Amino acid sequence: MVKLDSKIPSGPLAEKWTNHKFNIKLVNPANKRKYDIIVVGTGLAGASAAATLGELGYNVSAFTFHDSPRRAHSIAAQGGINAAKNYQNDGDSVYRLFYDTIKGGDFRAREANVYRLAEVSNNIIDQCVAQGVPFAREYGGLLDNRSFGGAQVSRTFYARGQTGQQLLLGAYSALNRQIAKGKVKMYNRKEMVDLVVVDGKAAGIVTRDLVSGEIETYSAHAVILATGGYANVFFLSTNAMNCNVTAGWRAHKKGAFFANPCYTQIHPTCLPVHGEHQSKLTLMSESLRNDGRVWVSKLKGDMRNPGDIPENERDYYLERKYPSFGNLSPRDISSRSAKEAVDDERGVKGQEAVYLDFEDAINRLGKKAIEEKYGNLFEMYETITGENPYQVPMKIYPAPHYTMGGLWVDYNLMSNLPGLFVLGEANFSDHGANRLGASALMQGLADGYFVIPYTIGNYLASDKPEKHAANSAPFKEAANQIKDFTANLLSIQGKHTVDEIHKKLGRVMWNQVGMARNAEGLKAAIKEIKELKELFWNDVKVVGKAEELNQNLERAGRVADYLELGELMALDALERNESCGGHFREEYQTPEGEALRDDENYTHVAAWQFDKAGAWTRHKEELTFENVELSTRSYK
Amino acid sequence: MGWLSESLNSSIGKKFIMALTGISLILFLIVHLAGNLTLFIGEEAFNLYVESLDKIKPFIRVIEVVLAAIFIFHIVNGIKLYFENRGARPEKYAVNGSRKNSTLFSRTMAQTGSIIFIFLVIHLSTFWKAFNLDTHAADASYYNIVLEWFQIEWYAVLYVICMIILGFHLNHGFQSAFQTFGWNHNKYASLIKKIGTGYAVIMAVGFASIPIYFLLGGM
Amino acid sequence: MAEKMINLKLKVWRQNGPKAVGAFEDHDVSVSADSSFLEMLDELNDSLERNGKDPVVFESDCREGICGTCGLVINGQPHGPIPKIATCQLHMRHFTEGQTIWIEPFRAKAFPVLKDLAVDRSAFDTIMHAGGYVSVNTGGVPDANAIAIPKDVAAEAFDAAACIGCGACVAACKNASAMLFVSAKVSQFAVLPQGQPERYTRVQKMVKVMDELGFGSCTNTYACEAECPKGISVKNIARMNKDYIKAKVKTEKIELEA
Repeated sequence: MVKLDSKIPSGPLAEKWTNHKFNIKLVNPANKRKYDIIVVGTGLAGASAAATLGELGYNVSAFTFHDSPRRAHSIAAQGGINAAKNYQNDGDSVYRLFYDTIKGGDFRAREANVYRLAEVSNNIIDQCVAQGVPFAREYGGLLDNRSFGGAQVSRTFYARGQTGQQLLLGAYSALNRQIAKGKVKMYNRKEMVDLVVVDGKAAGIVTRDLVSGEIETYSAHAVILATGGYANVFFLSTNAMNCNVTAGWRAHKKGAFFANPCYTQIHPTCLPVHGEHQSKLTLMSESLRNDGRVWVSKLKGDMRNPGDIPENERDYYLERKYPSFGNLSPRDISSRSAKEAVDDERGVKGQEAVYLDFEDAINRLGKKAIEEKYGNLFEMYETITGENPYQVPMKIYPAPHYTMGGLWVDYNLMSNLPGLFVLGEANFSDHGANRLGASALMQGLADGYFVIPYTIGNYLASDKPEKHAANSAPFKEAANQIKDFTANLLSIQGKHTVDEIHKKLGRVMWNQVGMARNAEGLKAAIKEIKELKELFWNDVKVVGKAEELNQNLERAGRVADYLELGELMALDALERNESCGGHFREEYQTPEGEALRDDENYTHVAAWQFDKAGAWTRHKEELTFENVELSTRSYK
Repeated sequence: MGWLSESLNSSIGKKFIMALTGISLILFLIVHLAGNLTLFIGEEAFNLYVESLDKIKPFIRVIEVVLAAIFIFHIVNGIKLYFENRGARPEKYAVNGSRKNSTLFSRTMAQTGSIIFIFLVIHLSTFWKAFNLDTHAADASYYNIVLEWFQIEWYAVLYVICMIILGFHLNHGFQSAFQTFGWNHNKYASLIKKIGTGYAVIMAVGFASIPIYFLLGGM
Repeated sequence: MAEKMINLKLKVWRQNGPKAVGAFEDHDVSVSADSSFLEMLDELNDSLERNGKDPVVFESDCREGICGTCGLVINGQPHGPIPKIATCQLHMRHFTEGQTIWIEPFRAKAFPVLKDLAVDRSAFDTIMHAGGYVSVNTGGVPDANAIAIPKDVAAEAFDAAACIGCGACVAACKNASAMLFVSAKVSQFAVLPQGQPERYTRVQKMVKVMDELGFGSCTNTYACEAECPKGISVKNIARMNKDYIKAKVKTEKIELEA
């Protein structure tokens, strides 16, 4: 049994990071230029890491499959970023942000990591403002805040409904500065397709040039993955079309453990599905829940228009069930409640949708105030649905949005493979079983700006890894494997398109590994996914050639990985015999239908080791809570 | 002075030249029109105006040289921009949707400019030549020279058409110059646009009214 | 729910590579009025793939109008006929039964076609490298509330910063000029106090690189503003012009540092 060492520093919680920063080894400034670091992904985590490491003097090579680093999906985050600034004087503190995050994650995250996250959150805001990020401000010129789900303080900094965009452009600008200085070499349109491991250490990557189709190899002293989440395994999700798990998954198959894959977040406020050919789901920022009220009819099968349903026949179910948090209840709770209402046949006109109503807020604050706060979101809603949310309530429904699981990392954000670091959504570390709103941006930037620059130095200075030639045998071998893999995909020439199989996988995942799961369904899902995998490898049709711009081939490779990941997600969900956060097992619930944790047996991280196709070993990292008491999460 | 030619050859530099020379020409046109309008007062007034200019001939010559330089700058720079800008899109769109996103005036500055240039050549080779180079009898009247030319139908009609096109050119050029200088202010931008349009209409109507007046008067 | 279907004739630009000669290809499609424009192309590609034909290459990512990846010229207009949206936000309900739709890539010398409808917009990144940033290192910065920034100034900076870098301004401009894009970034920093120290060097550097990349000049037609999915104002161009002229006339430095 592998012992997973989380390398959490000793000492009191509040001093761990400070002590750790003092105790770890440093790389002397003159020596930094002797180290090459590969950063894969240029979202918040990747761009901030690449820029900061470049500033420190390392030679950084950054990779993105996009045409520009600025396209990464961090850009689509709408609502905001949390920080414990307590500018509102409403009782916030580092400890409260830490506590809210741990509790929001249903006590399935590491205390030390989460505390560090809360601690550096304030630096992030300072940094972003210094870069020229145009956060929202009060009339006095100081920064404005708003509140978000799962918190009773106003700690969310925002830039209209485009916070992710502005933060990413900030990180992108810092990255550009280092590219101009020659400290970061930027590789656009190159997708990482394999990790090269030499003597048990991460030594480099294999990439496919998405324009020429060429398979290339790059070596370095350390590799950082900041490649985002895997919610697209559901086919329909709020993730961008090209978000994928390939970089992380291929690293997993080379030995990196995948932790808590079943922890997926279903975001409560998305636009409902409209039809068979829908390509993705659109998220409406959770910030809308600040002023919008969620409701359905009290009657089953009510086909009346919303305006015709009188007040006393409406069920504001979040306010009813969770009076103290109400419409701002955490995401998992809000999503599941919507599903309950729909399962109870009380969805909007028999559809998979509930109302998000702004009538009261417009009456209370005036249309202008609502427009100022949410104008672009309302416009977006109208563009897509053709309905005006100032006049009729929005229709929303939960959709897969974020994945808390990811590659296992220790306190230093290093995976079990030395030299392989994983940042942002791609790792599993900070959100436990459920992520609070406005915390993803915080984590991405915390990892990139303020954690990795310290911890990677420690690895380089103490392990003194060597750099192998990018044309040495292990690299050539890895590249050849990828060429074979690609040739194989193109040679099948079957009947089913890649998207068709992906959609089938998505349906299995959504129905059986989605908002509510049970043992029977999960077992069935594993069987069905295995069959789909079989179908894929025997009867998929991939057109075109390997050595050209071939989007069909790109998707095929990604779907091949989703088919394997999907199985592991179901397996992980099946093995976790409790309900916690985004993982809700129907067998484990309180009589009121709330998630029922099993702290005795499951206060641990499940880290999966890849043995061979369809076979994994489950390792445990026990979670110890020294500072907070494990309580039943209550938002009533 | 490497920095100067570099600056003036930059994209903004070229815009700046267009705007600066354009504004100078806009000012010139006001003076020019004001003088021409003396034609409406009568023969005596106009002749007096031309003769008084004649008295300060050396000064006028300097002004003319400066004006010519401004024109040449404006034209040469415009031609350069036109070809560079065409080169920035080697493969054209099959469907041109520019009607939906911009005004005709703004899109046709090169075309209207070219027509105005042709007009300028004609104008110089007729009136300017007649006033400045041709020898006249001692009692010749400048007024009559104008009268004679404008009673030629095709010439008068050509003039009117060219003046309308000049109006198009000025309509865009006026506000465009302000934008180039960086004067796009929430409070004044719409006013500038209105003034520009007003100016363009006044110039077009003002200059065109003369041939119309003489043509109709002669009929 | 019965979907309303519409039949359309597509004329899609196909081009095998940057140097290849392209041409339009005809396709008849029947599509739900609720579908997005890109979902219509997804469906077209699905049927092409089933028939073993090469699907039409087009780029998209977030499909929410924020990443700036997508961009098609639809019947002569970048991002199609509806103002202030990206191509991915365009829905088929805006087209009529039997309509012919011409689909072209963004065309500009500085944006070479990679394949079909996908173009290379890396020139934008190259401009950003020249100065699209405030030169601060990570750490050691003042508290976020140390400088008060008037709400309207922050809003003005935001309006400029909202640019998604899609390139529609270049595609719309009859001169394929990149002035709106560049001026948006220049303006964001020109109005904020954080951007002041580098204000006049930044504008010179970015304009210089912009000029070198083969974009045309601005002739103030404002087609860019009309087609911009984020409604970026040409006021930014005015500001950039002013800053550039001021920089050239007033600063003592003759050579720009690299």
